[in-house]
Amino acid sequence: MTSIVKTVTRLVVGVIFIYGIYIILHGHLTPGGGFAGGAIIAGAFILLVLAYGSDMLKLKAKEAGSSVMESLAILAFLLMAVVAFFLGTKVFFHNYLPKGIIGDLISAGVIPLYNIAVGIEVAAALFTIFLALVIFKEESK
Amino acid sequence: MEVIISVIIGFMIIGAIFALNAKDLLSAVIACGIVGYGLVICFLLLKAPDLAIVQIVVETITLIFMVAVILDSSSKELNEKRWTHLEGTSYINTRFVVNITTVIVFAGLLLFFFSQAIDVLAPFGQHVTRMSTAYIENGANQTGSANLVTGILFDFRGYDTLGEATILFTAVIGILTILRLKGKQ
Repeated sequence: MTSIVKTVTRLVVGVIFIYGIYIILHGHLTPGGGFAGGAIIAGAFILLVLAYGSDMLKLKAKEAGSSVMESLAILAFLLMAVVAFFLGTKVFFHNYLPKGIIGDLISAGVIPLYNIAVGIEVAAALFTIFLALVIFKEESK
Repeated sequence: MEVIISVIIGFMIIGAIFALNAKDLLSAVIACGIVGYGLVICFLLLKAPDLAIVQIVVETITLIFMVAVILDSSSKELNEKRWTHLEGTSYINTRFVVNITTVIVFAGLLLFFFSQAIDVLAPFGQHVTRMSTAYIENGANQTGSANLVTGILFDFRGYDTLGEATILFTAVIGILTILRLKGKQ
């Protein structure tokens, strides 16, 4: 890509990344949540790869990493729900942490943790799909 | 009500078994369609028209995709087997008549069940929102989440969210499997 694209990407990508993290962490307070924030973070990663490019070996390492990350995130999500089953009143997806004051950043029990897990899962899933398509195109040349 | 649903579920089971034992892929896919459209009628009878509409759309699109893929990938055998038109015979034969009659009968059946399901619904503008009202009134206090949507998504409807995350996970696994060129040995 040209230096214009590279410079703009360098300036913008951090802001996009921070914004995605903000959307995920404030999912229980403001509109948004794990799905939306994860998509934004995946967008930041995709922008980086599109602007700077990368050689095949690095892309493959990234694909393996994001694939593992995705599996771990969905496993964490499931484990949190199972822990609720054993700790709480025998209810799957029971909210077992203290709820706190409505409107505080640390409130709503397990919901922020679920949000973080789903956010990581969505971001890694979208980035993995993008990388798989890029690698497929490069390999079939 | 239960009798009708049992009969439809029986049809769905027969369709699923036929799909497993069908001779060619096209018949198997069409038999899978029986399961999907039977589910549409079940949703209608259980007063869930929104789910029924989603199921109709998804089922139709999936069926069209699958039939297109099968016609494209195995078109040679099908062309030889099905669409050979002998000289001197008419296009209108028993098979066409049976096909068109079946389509009309099943379209009429779907419309009949649709009208039955709409009859038992509340009239337009006076919908029953028992669950929504309870969620809106007690959601924030019970979940502790200021954002009601997230509260419902991760607390009351946790199973749905788990399903959505699993769908994404499965999609990624499928894409990684299909788009792998090397390393098949």
